Amino acid sequence: MKAFTQHKGLVGPMDRANVDTDMIIPKQFLKSIKRSGFGPNLFDELRYMDEGQPGQDCSQRPVNPEFPLNLPRYRNASILLARKNFGCGSSREHAPWAMEDYGFRAVIAPSFADIFYNNCFKNGLLPVVLTEQQLDVLFTEMYADEGYQLTIDLVQQKVVRPNGESFGFEIDQFRKDCLIKGLDEIGLTLQSTQAIKDYEKTRAEQQPWVFGAIK
Amino acid sequence: MSQRTVYDKLWDSHLVKQNEDGSALLYIDRHILHEVTSPQAFEGLRLAGRKPWRLDTNLATPDHNISTDPNERAAGVAGIPDDTSRIQVQTLDDNCDHFGIKEFKMNEMGQGIVHVMGPELGATMPGLTVVCGDSHTATHGALACLAHGIGTSEVEHVLASQCLVTKKMKNMRVTVEGVLGVGVTPKDVVLAIIAEIGTAGGNGHAIEFAGSVFRDMSIEGRMTVCNMAIEAGARVGLVAVDEKTVDYCRGRKFMPKGEMFDKAAEYWRTLISDADAVFDTEVQMNGSEIAPQVSWGTSPEMVVPVTGNIPRVEDQTDAVKQKGVERALEYMGLEGGAPISSVAVDRVFIGSCTNSRIEDMRAAASVVKGHTVSKSIKQALVVPGSQMVKEQAEAEGLDKVFIQAGLDWREPGCSMCLAMNADKLGAGEHCASTSNRNFEGRQGNGGRTHLMSPEMAAAAAITGHIVDVREFTGDQS
Ligand code: SF4
Repeated sequence: MKAFTQHKGLVGPMDRANVDTDMIIPKQFLKSIKRSGFGPNLFDELRYMDEGQPGQDCSQRPVNPEFPLNLPRYRNASILLARKNFGCGSSREHAPWAMEDYGFRAVIAPSFADIFYNNCFKNGLLPVVLTEQQLDVLFTEMYADEGYQLTIDLVQQKVVRPNGESFGFEIDQFRKDCLIKGLDEIGLTLQSTQAIKDYEKTRAEQQPWVFGAIK
Repeated sequence: MSQRTVYDKLWDSHLVKQNEDGSALLYIDRHILHEVTSPQAFEGLRLAGRKPWRLDTNLATPDHNISTDPNERAAGVAGIPDDTSRIQVQTLDDNCDHFGIKEFKMNEMGQGIVHVMGPELGATMPGLTVVCGDSHTATHGALACLAHGIGTSEVEHVLASQCLVTKKMKNMRVTVEGVLGVGVTPKDVVLAIIAEIGTAGGNGHAIEFAGSVFRDMSIEGRMTVCNMAIEAGARVGLVAVDEKTVDYCRGRKFMPKGEMFDKAAEYWRTLISDADAVFDTEVQMNGSEIAPQVSWGTSPEMVVPVTGNIPRVEDQTDAVKQKGVERALEYMGLEGGAPISSVAVDRVFIGSCTNSRIEDMRAAASVVKGHTVSKSIKQALVVPGSQMVKEQAEAEGLDKVFIQAGLDWREPGCSMCLAMNADKLGAGEHCASTSNRNFEGRQGNGGRTHLMSPEMAAAAAITGHIVDVREFTGDQS
C-alpha cells in the first residue's frame, strides 16, 4: 500500500450530501476482476453524458460540461471536498480504488459512511473528517480561488490552508500508523498467529458446533 | 461483570486481542463470498502465496450478476450473455475449486442471494461473527449474530487470517412498541425507522431492534429489518435470541444436530441484552402509528407514508435539505406536494435480499391472486431469493399465481435490485421495488425507484400506480 505522510494538492468539489458508492463507481464497472483501471469511470454517471460501459475508451465519450470536476480549473485535483455521509451505500472497495486511480489522495467531509471510511485506509486514500463549518470555509475559499491548494499533514493531523492557518482532525492511532508506514495489514495480523490459534482452541472446547460446520 | 448488550456479548466472545491503540483483532466464524467482491481478494492471496486459514468457515455462491432468465440460466455459466459477468462468475467457480471453498454454484440447490442463502442453510447461527463483502450482511443479525459487510481487502484479510482488525462500535437500541396495523409489514417498520433517524443516524453504531413489534415478528421479517440497518447508516443490525430464533435454526443443513443442538441453543438463549445494559443511543417509536411506507426520492430516508404527499422544497428547513429535495424531485420527475399514491409505475420488482424470502413470496401472491397486471406495466418481475425459496414457492403453487396474474417468475439472484444483469429500468421509468436502495441509477441508468413492501409492490402491479394496499380492491384505475 502507498504510504501517506503529507500531501499538498489541488482541491476539487463534490458539493452534495449522501454521495453513494454507486455514484462514485456505477455497478456495471464492478464486473472487473481487477483492482485497477477504475479512474476513468469515477463518478461516471455525473461525469459523462452517455451511459458508460466497461472496456470503453472514455476519452471518446461526451463529457458533462456542468460537472465541476470536468472544469479545467479542477483538472488534476488530488483532494476532494465533500458533504455529509460521503460513500454511503454498498461495501464495494471499487469506490476507493476508483478515487485512488483517478488521482485522489484524500477526501475531506463532515462524515463518511463506515465501510467506505474503512476501505479508504486499505488503499492509501485518506478520509479526513472536519466539521460542517470548517467545510463551508474550505468550499468558499476553493470556489473563490482558482488553483486552490491544501496541504494535508497526517503526521501532525492537520489540514493547512493557503493562508497558513490549519484545521486539526482526529484519526485512529492504528489506522494512522498503517497509512504512514504503508503497512501490509495481513502480514501484521499473521504475527498474532499463536494468539489466533489459542483462541480457536478455547472456543472449540466451549462451542464445538462452530467448527467443522461447512463441508 | 457489568451489564452487557447483545452486541457487547458477541464482541467479547470473539475478541482475540485488544491492542493499545484502540484497535482489536476479532475472530470471524463465518465468511460468505460472492462473485463481485472476491476476485481481487483471491488474487491478493495468490500473489502473497497465502492460503485460506480455515476452509470449514467459508461459503460461496454467485448472485449479483447472474441472469434470472430461465432459458439463459439453463445454459449454465456459458449462457451468461455479458462477457464480463460471465468471466466474474467463472472466476468465483475457479477460485473456490482451486482453494477448496464450499460453493453452491449457479444452478445448484442451495444457491441464492448471499443473505438469503446463509440463514436458510443454517450457515448463519446465533452467536457467530458473520462477514461478507456486501453491506447488507447486517441481515444475518436477525439471528442474533454479529454480522456486517466488509470491503475486498478485508475479504482477503479474513480468508488469510480468520480475523478482522476492527474497532468496537457504539450501541444503539431502536425500540418499537405496539402492534402493527393490518397491511403494515417489517419493510414499513424499517423504512419508517430510516425516515426517523436518517441515513446517517446509525453511523458508528450496532443497532439492536427491540420491543414488541420485533418480538411479534417472524425471523424472516426480522431479516428484512436488519437488512436495512445499513440504510440507516449502521453496519450491524440485530435482534436478541428468543424461542422463534431457536425454532428457526432447528433442522437446517449446517446447524448442529441432536444433543449438540440443545447445547448450542442453551448458549444462544443467553444472547439477550441484560436488563440494565446501557445503550449509547436510544430511539423509541410507536409501531401502531406506522402506515405502509413508500420512498419518493433518491435516498432511503426520503420516505413518506402511502397516505402522504411528496415533500415540497419550500417546506424544508435548511439550505442543504432544500437542495437535496430539489435535486431528488428533479431526478424522480415528481411534483412536490402531490400525493405519493398518484405516481404511476412502469415496472415492478419483487425480490432482493430485503424481500425475497418465502413469506414475501406468499404475501405478494396473496395480493395479486385473481387479478391481472395493469396494461400500463411494462414488466413485473418476481425473483425468489434462492433455489430453496423457489422450490418452496413452486410447491405451494405461488409461481402459478404470479404467472396467471401476468408477472414474470424468475430464477434466483440479485436481479433488478442493482441491475448488474439484464434486469434493469430504462431512463425515466418508475419502479415499485421491494429492494433496499433508491439511489440515482441504482436499478438502471436514469431509473426511478420507489421502495416499498412486497404487498404494496404487488398492489402497484395490478393498479399501475402506487396504492395503499389497505384500500386495494384490485380495480384498475
Ligand atoms: S439483493 Fe441487492 S442489496 Fe442484496 S446482496 Fe444483492 S445486490 Fe446487494
